[in-house]
Amino acid sequence: MESAPLYWRLKRQKYNLIGTRCVTCGESFFPPRSFCPTCRRRGRIEEFQFSGKGEITSYTIIKSAPKGFEQFAPYTVAIIKLDEGALISGQVVQGTPATIGGRVVPVFRKMYEEGKEGIIHYGIKWQVDGTAAEK
Amino acid sequence: MDIGIVGYGAYVPHYRIAVEEIARVWGEDPAQIKEGLGVLEKSVPDKDEDTITIAVEAGKNALLRAGVDPKLVMALYIGSESHPYAVKPSGTVVGEALGLGPHLMVADLEFACKAGTAAIQCCYGLVKGGVIPYGMAIGADTSQGRPGDALEYTASAGGAAFLIGKDPLALLEHTLSYTTDTSDFWRREGADYPSHGARFTGKPAYFSHVTSATQLLLERTGYKPGDFAHAVFHMPNGKFPVNAALGMGFARQQIEQGLVVRRIGNTYSGSSLLGLTNVLDIALPGDRILLTSYGSGAGADAFVFQVTDHVLDRRDRAPLTEEYMARKEYIDYGKYARLRGKLKV
Ligand SMILES: [Zn+2]
Repeated sequence: MESAPLYWRLKRQKYNLIGTRCVTCGESFFPPRSFCPTCRRRGRIEEFQFSGKGEITSYTIIKSAPKGFEQFAPYTVAIIKLDEGALISGQVVQGTPATIGGRVVPVFRKMYEEGKEGIIHYGIKWQVDGTAAEK
Repeated sequence: MDIGIVGYGAYVPHYRIAVEEIARVWGEDPAQIKEGLGVLEKSVPDKDEDTITIAVEAGKNALLRAGVDPKLVMALYIGSESHPYAVKPSGTVVGEALGLGPHLMVADLEFACKAGTAAIQCCYGLVKGGVIPYGMAIGADTSQGRPGDALEYTASAGGAAFLIGKDPLALLEHTLSYTTDTSDFWRREGADYPSHGARFTGKPAYFSHVTSATQLLLERTGYKPGDFAHAVFHMPNGKFPVNAALGMGFARQQIEQGLVVRRIGNTYSGSSLLGLTNVLDIALPGDRILLTSYGSGAGADAFVFQVTDHVLDRRDRAPLTEEYMARKEYIDYGKYARLRGKLKV
């Protein structure tokens, strides 16, 4: 688990899927990178807002969850290829079950709670298309 | 000045529990309850959903419809009686998640089920006064009824968001409120479930306030019930709004589209507002809409909106309320109890 100040700094990226993109070659990065591994010193990096829409490339169902996540089990964790290129891992919410190649859209959910009295952490999870979601 | 709803958005969680299933557990007659309450099933939030996440989803839809730069939204008021934190405003998280701010006025509002309409009034005043270009008002709740209490059949989850500003899809023509000290329903700080005065909640509370606010608004504006294409009244169940409407001279077909309570239950701060989003989803330019919310304690906020041409090009930019109501998965009481934390281990 991350410490509170670090989580706070990363919040904007996590809530809004803000990553980076190399203007030189067009590759996008999430989490954001400040250096393009392909272009190296010729690379030019800028902030980039991902739509969050993408496709499931693989997934697994977690039945015994790590500490802090027990109340959510069983849940699905997937690797998602975002439409803008980057690969990201994340949780797939209840509803239409995950399938390989399934279209997903981002939804805002609770990630975990620090006990009954601590901070509640929020962030992006994914929902398998569903007609209500993709527009 | 043309100020009103520039964009709106709905959100309803996808789980449902049917009246039959709750009645089965408590050994009650489901037909009698469905008839008595006018509710067939209610929405249930998932473990990772709360007022904040519901507000974000509804707010996203409102921004999509409005097509407004989030940085121009300079106020965010969220009305709820289930804010996840007692101290730390829901609006801080919701604002950041929607890409608003940091130049942003935020406060969480509380007035039982009418805090969301109070939020619309706050935003309207600020925009009309020229203080801000746009303000967002959200009503959202994940309400709970004590196991075995009649409220358990109706207390549900959902929310709606409204971006208030110029160039609206529904012009806000007039609004007023009617408030008295009436203890029909309350929850003390730290208590898990609300208490209510059972039979007391009808006449002196809901009907008196809803009717007084609505009549006062009709007097002020000179409109008659027949001037409205649609009317929406707060829906603690499927019976109260119908009786209130018919009692004031509104016809059945004027309230039909707004009666979302039968399929999703009472979403508290989201209740009358989800009725309004469902109406805006089908309303035609020129239609007048009457909205009267109700909050225990007690008070009612009444509004007259007039739909403009913008509704036609903006409404399809985000999911319709009907899509959220139709998207559902039924659960049994065991799963419901687990999701809602009703099992104390
Ligand atoms: Zn590059």
